[in-house]
Amino acid sequence: MSGIHDPQAPQSTSDLNNTGRMDVSAVLEGAEVPEAVSNIVFDLANVQVYYGDFQAVRDVTMQIGRNEITAFIGPSGCGKSTLLRSFNRMNDLIPGARVEGLLAYHGFNIYAPDVDPIEVRRRIGMVFQKPNVFPKSIYENVAYGPKVNGMKVNMDDLVEECLTKAALWDEVKDDLKKSAYALSGGQQQRLVIARCIAVKPEVILMDEPCASLDPIATAKIEDLMKELAKDYTIVIVTHNMQQAARVSERTAFFTADVDANGVRHGRLVEYGPTRRIFTAPHDPRTEDYISGRFG
Amino acid sequence: MTTTLSSPASSSPIDLEGKGQPFVDKTFRWILFLCLAVGIIFLAILLTYVTIKGWPRLTPTLWENMPSLRRPATAGAQSAITGTLWVIGFTALFALPVGFLGAVYMEEYANPTSRFTRFVEVNIQNLAAVPSIVYGILGLAIFARALSLGQSVITAGLTLALLVLPVIIVSTREALRAVPQNIRHGSLALGATLWQTTWRQTMPAAVPGMATGTILALSRAIGEAAPLLLLGAVTFISFNPTGPFSAYTTLPIQIFNWTKESREEFQVLASATIVLLLVILLAMNAVAILIRNRTQKRW
Amino acid sequence: MSTALAESAAGGLNPLRQTKPRYGEKVIRGILFAAAAVSIFTTFGIIVSLLIPSVEFFTEIPVTEFLFTTTWTPLFANPQYGVLPLIMGTMVITVIAIAIAIPLGLGSAIYLSEYAKPKARKVLKPTLEVLAGIPTVVFGFFALEFITEFVLKPIFPGIQVFNALSAGIVMGIMIIPTIASLSEDAMSAVPAGLRDGAYALGATKRQVALRVIVPAALSGIVAAFVLGISRAIGETMIVTVAAGLQPNMTLNPLEGMQTMTSYIAAAGAGDVSTGSIEYKSIFAVGMLLFIITFFMNMISIRLVRKYRQAYQ
Repeated sequence: MSGIHDPQAPQSTSDLNNTGRMDVSAVLEGAEVPEAVSNIVFDLANVQVYYGDFQAVRDVTMQIGRNEITAFIGPSGCGKSTLLRSFNRMNDLIPGARVEGLLAYHGFNIYAPDVDPIEVRRRIGMVFQKPNVFPKSIYENVAYGPKVNGMKVNMDDLVEECLTKAALWDEVKDDLKKSAYALSGGQQQRLVIARCIAVKPEVILMDEPCASLDPIATAKIEDLMKELAKDYTIVIVTHNMQQAARVSERTAFFTADVDANGVRHGRLVEYGPTRRIFTAPHDPRTEDYISGRFG
Repeated sequence: MTTTLSSPASSSPIDLEGKGQPFVDKTFRWILFLCLAVGIIFLAILLTYVTIKGWPRLTPTLWENMPSLRRPATAGAQSAITGTLWVIGFTALFALPVGFLGAVYMEEYANPTSRFTRFVEVNIQNLAAVPSIVYGILGLAIFARALSLGQSVITAGLTLALLVLPVIIVSTREALRAVPQNIRHGSLALGATLWQTTWRQTMPAAVPGMATGTILALSRAIGEAAPLLLLGAVTFISFNPTGPFSAYTTLPIQIFNWTKESREEFQVLASATIVLLLVILLAMNAVAILIRNRTQKRW
Repeated sequence: MSTALAESAAGGLNPLRQTKPRYGEKVIRGILFAAAAVSIFTTFGIIVSLLIPSVEFFTEIPVTEFLFTTTWTPLFANPQYGVLPLIMGTMVITVIAIAIAIPLGLGSAIYLSEYAKPKARKVLKPTLEVLAGIPTVVFGFFALEFITEFVLKPIFPGIQVFNALSAGIVMGIMIIPTIASLSEDAMSAVPAGLRDGAYALGATKRQVALRVIVPAALSGIVAAFVLGISRAIGETMIVTVAAGLQPNMTLNPLEGMQTMTSYIAAAGAGDVSTGSIEYKSIFAVGMLLFIITFFMNMISIRLVRKYRQAYQ
């Protein structure tokens, strides 16, 4: 099981030891990975995200590895979710949003003029902060994605397969026609995951998926994530450092620069294997954050 | 050094009466209530009056018989009833698709800050306040004469459709706006197009609001007489409409025609027809309220 | 490093590129746009259908004669086209209606907004909405048959059957819901902080309503008044039924008079041959009516936007 109830894991900043560093290493569970990303899915070079004239994220250079769980951590307002949304072009929905620099998916620029954003979103799925199930039945929720994408499949089988993979099948199999709104928060979020994998994506982006869930539901989702990582590449934005330590192989730490006018711009501070980030960070700002001195 | 608090000026230890003007306040409140009461009492008297006056003719002859100027004792309003149904049918046929789709464009597709969008919005607000007889002029000049549709059911339908279009657009937009944004995001994130999202998720979720807006608009159309005066409805019609290009009359117009007659029997007929019209409108609005209460979605 | 970034270096075509242009989406967007544009066609149609015959009318009848002479007899053998009687008639009835609607409408709004308990509101507000939903021909009938007969005749024995007063009174009541609901919207948009702050200083409901809420909501309330006036000017059925069809240059509300709207209704419903000067006079009066109400509506819309922005 996960390390939530590990009595030895530090639960608050009052557990600081002499060096002033919160010992998150006790909950580290992600696998040991080398410093360099071997199997690149996303390649970012000097990516900037603007909303009109406002630069929300500046200068991000990193790679996301295949079948890894990568965590984006950092204080509020430093552009983590903005950056995440630019991976599947959901920022297009905001008038005035634009991306500069190069954001490549398997070597191809996602923002090239001939790219179809609809196809991008089919391959790169997203789970949102609040479970946003459709006001339809459980079955229809899962079947929606394949239907609108014109996938010719045996729908009953696909629905069962996805609900099983999302660890929800046993709880709902008796009544798939029930409204999705009748499910609990944690079940709804798993339904969202099932719905997401029904269109056979390669990547699943998760924007604080457990933010509105209780600890038990959160634990279920975290276990599910580790299972899913075998088949999918996962990028998760989270405010919970321990969650990042528990599930991810790589962690990216973001912070916000405040410029002369008091405007915040997000930037990437440090990126590397989770183990190293939490035990031996290179940048003092990273160390300050994970030891709880700020944020 | 400590300061001592001087005791309050008034004699009793706790004095909350203050220096208000309770009489003025109370009177004011009553005046306001009276303002409201006047309208309500007026409504009550109106409804009572037409019911009492029309009572003798609230019989099946009202909808079984045709209007007649020579034999008021057996006259009915059947042609007006069927005429109303025909005209409203065409009004709905033209206004609903255009109104729904126009609202969808404004709410889901258009750039909210563009000059065109704002122009259309102001335009719709203005159209909602144009006197209804001006729509009659529009219908007369363009539909009846220029397009040679004549003084027919279809002309009336088109004219009234334009009249109620702003109502449908505004209420549909409100219904669409009430659908949470993250439903749309969830759909788009799965690789659905904007139309797929709108047609399969957003619009179905907005149906209750769209339905109540529709009923509101059609209620308005049923009660309209002024535009139809210019479109030939006043001619004496004692037959049911035979088709879209047929002549017609409607309930408000029939009421108008009978009101103009001096003989008392026609005033009674007018009252009875008014009661019939009000019952129809009441039923429609009751359905609207029912829909609104039954489908309070808890997002 | 990122040699994989070059599009061609990775070999082959971009798998994310658009394989088939989405024609369906483009067509749908076009249809939706056309639907939204119908409203523009409507305005355009109104202006065109009013403008062309009006211009033709004014080539025969000078604008000065139209606007400044006082005899309106278009259907006589020697027709006169001075529109002032119609404007006068419209004005008299409108003034009567507004004198009733503004105080009663604003009073109702203040009561509903500041005084009524939620349970009472639930009953009272729908009642006003019922009043708003009554077809205007019914109001006209009521004015003619009941108000003139049983209310006004006892008070003014010499009153004519068709008179401006009963039409004005009934029209005033009819407009109350318009003024009340728009005023109430404006008042409920006033931030709770203003209200609560005033109560905290010990003000009574009356003081809060008159000195805090109404001034704060003033632009919205004025917008409501302007819209009410516009409705009164444009109303047809009540005046056609109850105020008679005789143009009358008088300020006496006990007499009947014709308004711009009832002239259009009467002339338009009658047998007027297309292209004749009488036919065109309908459009000239319609043009005048449209211009007046258009400007009032624009003022009202601007005022509403002002108060909506102030409290956004």
